[in-house]
Parts: sequence; structure tokens; C-alpha cells
Amino acid sequence: MQKAITRGPSFAGRPAGLRPGWLAAGVLAVLVALVAGVSLGPVSLPPGSVAAELLNLLPGVRLDSGLTEREIAIVTELRLPRVVLGLLVGGLLALAGGCYQGVFRNPLADPYLLGVAAGAGLAVTAVMALGAGAGGALTGLPVTVPLAAFVGSLGAVAMTYVIGAAGGPGRSTAALILAGVAVSAFLSAGQTYLLQRNSDTIQQVYSWLLGRLATAGWHDVRMVLPYFLLTAVVVLAHRRELDVLSVGDDEATGLGLHPQRSRYLLIAAASLGTAAAVSASGLIGFVGIIVPHTVRLLAGASYRVILPLSLLFGGAFLALTDVVARTAAAPTEIPIGVVTALLGGPFFVLVLRNSRRTLT
Amino acid sequence: MSARSSAEGSPLPSSAEGSPLPSSAEAPPPSAGGSPPAVEVRGLHVRLDGAPILAGVDLSVAPGEWVTVIGPNGAGKSTLLRAVGGLLPAPGAISLFGTPSEALRRRDRARVVATVAQSPVVPAGMAVFDYVLLGRTPYIPALGRESAADLAAVREVLDRLDLDGFAHRELATLSGGERQRVFLARALAQGATLLLLDEPTSALDIGHQQEVLELVDQLRREHGLTVLATMHDLSVAGEYADRMVLLAAGRVAAAGPPREVLTEELLARHYRASVRVLPGERGPLVVPVRRP
Repeated sequence: MQKAITRGPSFAGRPAGLRPGWLAAGVLAVLVALVAGVSLGPVSLPPGSVAAELLNLLPGVRLDSGLTEREIAIVTELRLPRVVLGLLVGGLLALAGGCYQGVFRNPLADPYLLGVAAGAGLAVTAVMALGAGAGGALTGLPVTVPLAAFVGSLGAVAMTYVIGAAGGPGRSTAALILAGVAVSAFLSAGQTYLLQRNSDTIQQVYSWLLGRLATAGWHDVRMVLPYFLLTAVVVLAHRRELDVLSVGDDEATGLGLHPQRSRYLLIAAASLGTAAAVSASGLIGFVGIIVPHTVRLLAGASYRVILPLSLLFGGAFLALTDVVARTAAAPTEIPIGVVTALLGGPFFVLVLRNSRRTLT
Repeated sequence: MSARSSAEGSPLPSSAEGSPLPSSAEAPPPSAGGSPPAVEVRGLHVRLDGAPILAGVDLSVAPGEWVTVIGPNGAGKSTLLRAVGGLLPAPGAISLFGTPSEALRRRDRARVVATVAQSPVVPAGMAVFDYVLLGRTPYIPALGRESAADLAAVREVLDRLDLDGFAHRELATLSGGERQRVFLARALAQGATLLLLDEPTSALDIGHQQEVLELVDQLRREHGLTVLATMHDLSVAGEYADRMVLLAAGRVAAAGPPREVLTEELLARHYRASVRVLPGERGPLVVPVRRP
């Protein structure tokens, strides 16, 4: 029947892939977030001038933005690093969330719910507390904090995975997330204990914990950038493999893959990205749930679509959330982790309801 | 009994990158000396969690043949298929087309054997075209993307199985019979000449069972495929298989043409079932009857 209409070579089946329109939308979202993030704040700057000033940063471009020296300094030294860090951290968290969801075949997987962020948080707290004791020599090194965060996040995800898998091969969605919750609680308790024992660092750790982009400078961007690139390259290179993994390990093996090998590699990459994000900006939750699921809903369920778009929209999302965090209750700033949690909580309930219908 | 006329297929997929559906006309004629069996299992022992599941199974499937494994629940049918498909380690026990299974790299094995699991995972939101394209994974470079040949192969399989109208439908929205055709399409897209079907009809009503099995038989004859299946419905199994293997408690209890395996005596002993076996046109018909 249908054969008569669409048959033979003219039949235009094509695979799910990233449509150019969506890619353009993602890039546009990043640019909008960039200009909005730099323009809005205690001193509002005209977006056109800001855009011109941003273009001036490109080699060989010389536009007259009409901004004063002081305003230019606000743009390039204060706001731009903060917005760029927001883009990097948001992109990493969303990418890691999408990656965990694919690797664990679990729609609720997220750097925070799996305990990955708590592991990184505990490790960073430990380094800060011990570092303060050692006269700051330890935390002075640029790699100490991300490295500690990475070790902490890998340890946490390993614990969650082992506990969640203890129920047998038919690991359920709920078991893994419950394991993540237990691991998070355990690690947070450890963190609280450390803080209590080292009350002199409590202020420093606390402001970091709630998520901060406020104090971001170019050195934070430089610290995150290599981890961002590494994570993005590894995860995006495996986006097709994540689609194959979605049919289960047996079938993926039958199709010639080594599912467990891919899984370990991708968990390491996503945890590295999470660790870098946490060490730069503290605990900012729910980005890894909100962004990949919205992308999945709007642009398609293939990881070839979800992962690159999560990177772009995740960055834009966090940079714009940061605008809300610093303008909604001006002149005080709301911690950005509070804003994402306020948005993410209800969203999580939606995902939970939806996944119960389609994915159990 | 189903015809074996053109059943001697090519011993290996016709080409690595090419058509997923080699025509049996291109296949070499059966050589006088006999090509190596598509599947050769010798003394296969499998223990899972310490419990013996298979205890010395021997099995040989000729290229182009349809062999169906039957047996009561827990007899080890699925385990046997998993071992043949390379999902369980079975060093030294299994050869595929004359090559020891463990000597094949995973990707190479995936070009030779395709499995349709008993109830395959249906990924949420995945379209039929993308699902069938997964079958081309063994031909796509590890971190690369599909080639035009892969897309052409998928279109060819979809067209062959009358699925092109479904290409952009979500797999999860299809009916059981349609899904089973899609699972088969994915396996065919692998370009493998050996199909392992684990309970291919267990989720289907009687009409769709016949439709799917007729399709498999037709594909087998047209393209020289070899089929190793497990099935629960004995009459249906007997009508399509060239040979049957009765597995009981991890051992081969009987093997041969359906009329030699589907006997009242064997079924009573190994299934503890009370049945009448009636002669049918294409195979014995097994009818359960209440004990007197």
C-alpha cells in the first residue's frame, strides 16, 4: 500500500541528526545570553554597544561602541569572564547530565542526583579546610582543586553505581537514583563534619557551595577551559555510541560494541566535566536535568541531537539564569544554585511523571 | 517440510560494506566437499552463578538451514543462543562458518551473526529508521558516522520488509507485529547471514506469528540465510524448521527432523506434557490434551 507511494530509491529516509536550524538556534541562544549577560547588571549598558565591544575582542575588528573606558573595563574585566564562565559551566553540567542519562539509560540521572557533585564538593571542602591549615600552599596551585574534585566525583559515581547495581542486572531507574541520594547524604554529612571542625573556612566554603559566578575572573575561565574542551570532545565523539547503548548492553555487544568500556570512558569524561564545573562555581543543581530533557522534547531523542544542543543551550541557560540571580533582588544577589533549584524542582517532578509513563 | 532447494547460502556475508541482502543467486553453489557448518557447537558447558545451565551441548547448523531449539522452561535455550551470539564466553566450544567464535573480533562477529532478542529494548523516542540504522553499527567507524552505503542498506531493508511507510514513526508507537518486523529489519541491516531468533513470535497473535515466520522463511530462501531459533509453540516450530533440537536440563535430548523430535513419548518425558501428535501437511501438529 504505502510501497506504491514511497518506494525504491526515491524513498527519502534519513537518520536523526542535528538539523542546521537547531544548531543555529543553539548558537543564537549563546550569543543572546552573552550580550544579555554582559549588558544587564547594576550598571545597565546598551546591548548594541556591548555587542560592538564584544566584536572588538575579535582580532582585526575595530568598531566604535560609544562606551567609556570605565564601561569597557566593566565589560571585559568584570562581566565578560563571569558570563563566559557561566556558559562553560552550564554547558558542562547539561552535557554531563545528558551523558549520564544515556550511559545509565536513566532519564533521572544528573550530576547532582548521582552524588557526583556531592563527591566533588566534599573533596573541595577537604582541600580548602586542609589547605587553610597548611597556610594556603595547597589551594594556591591551580590544579589542586579541580583534581580533588575529579577524584571526589569519580569516587562518588563509583559508589552510586555499585550500590545501585547491587539489586542485580535489572538495575531499575529508582535503585540508581536512590543510591545517588544515599551517597549524596553520606558525603554531605562528611562535608558538614569537616566544616564544623574547621569553622574558620566555613564562610569561604559556604559561599562557594551555594554556587557562585559572582567572583569569577579570567583565571577561573582559564582553569575550566581545558576540562571543558576535553569533556566536550570525548562525550560528543561518542554521541552515536550512546544511541547504540540505548538498546541495552546485550544488543550493543551483538552490534560489535564494548558497552562497559564505553560506559567507563563516558562516566569518567562526564565526571571530569562535573568536577571542573563544581570546582569553579560550586554546587549548581538541576541544569543537567532541565536542559537535556527540554532539548529531547523539542529537537529529538537521539543523543546526536541532545548532546551538542545541551552544550549550547546549557551554557545559554546558566548565563541567563545568572542574569536573573543578580538582578531579581538587586542590589543583593541570589545564589545561582538557589535559582536553578527553584526552577529545577518542579521540572524534576514533570520528568519523573513522564518517565514513569514511558520508561519503566 | 519446507523446501531446501536454494538453501545453500554463501558461507559469509557477501561483502563487508555492501548490500545487507545478498541474493542467493550470487551465492556460490554448494561445494562437493561441503562448506563448513554455519554453527558448530561442541561440548558446550555454561554455568551461571555456579549453576550448570548447559552441560555438554553439541549442535551443528548447515548454511541455509533452519534449526529450531525447543525445550521446557529453564532448559537452556536462550543461554545456547546467547553463547552462539557471542554474549557468553564459550572458549573452544563454538565455531561460526569454520572460524572459532572467540577468534572473531566483536565487529567482525556482528557482520556474521545477527540476534533478535526475545523482547528487545525499545528506546523511547527512537524512529524506525534510526533503529534499523543501528544494525549498520559494525560497518560504521568507531567514532565516525554512517556512509551513504549504510543509508542505502537501511532503505533497502525497509523497502524489502514493507516498512518504508513507518520509517519516521516512533518505534514505541507500532503494534507488536510491526515491531517484530522492525527488529528483524535491524538484524537484516547487519548484513549477517546467520540469524539467531529468540522466541521471535512469543509476543504475537497467531496470524502475526505466521506472517513473521513466513517472512523469515522467504528471506532465508531468497538470500541464503541460516536461521537458528528458539520457540515455544511446538506445532508452529515444526512447520518451519528443517531440523529441531530438543533441549532438556542443559543437554540435547533429541535432534532431527520435526517428525522425529515431536513425538508423544519425547514430549511426555521432557515436558511432562500430555499431548497428541497428529500428522500435518508440513510437520506434526502437537495438540495438548487433558490427562484422562
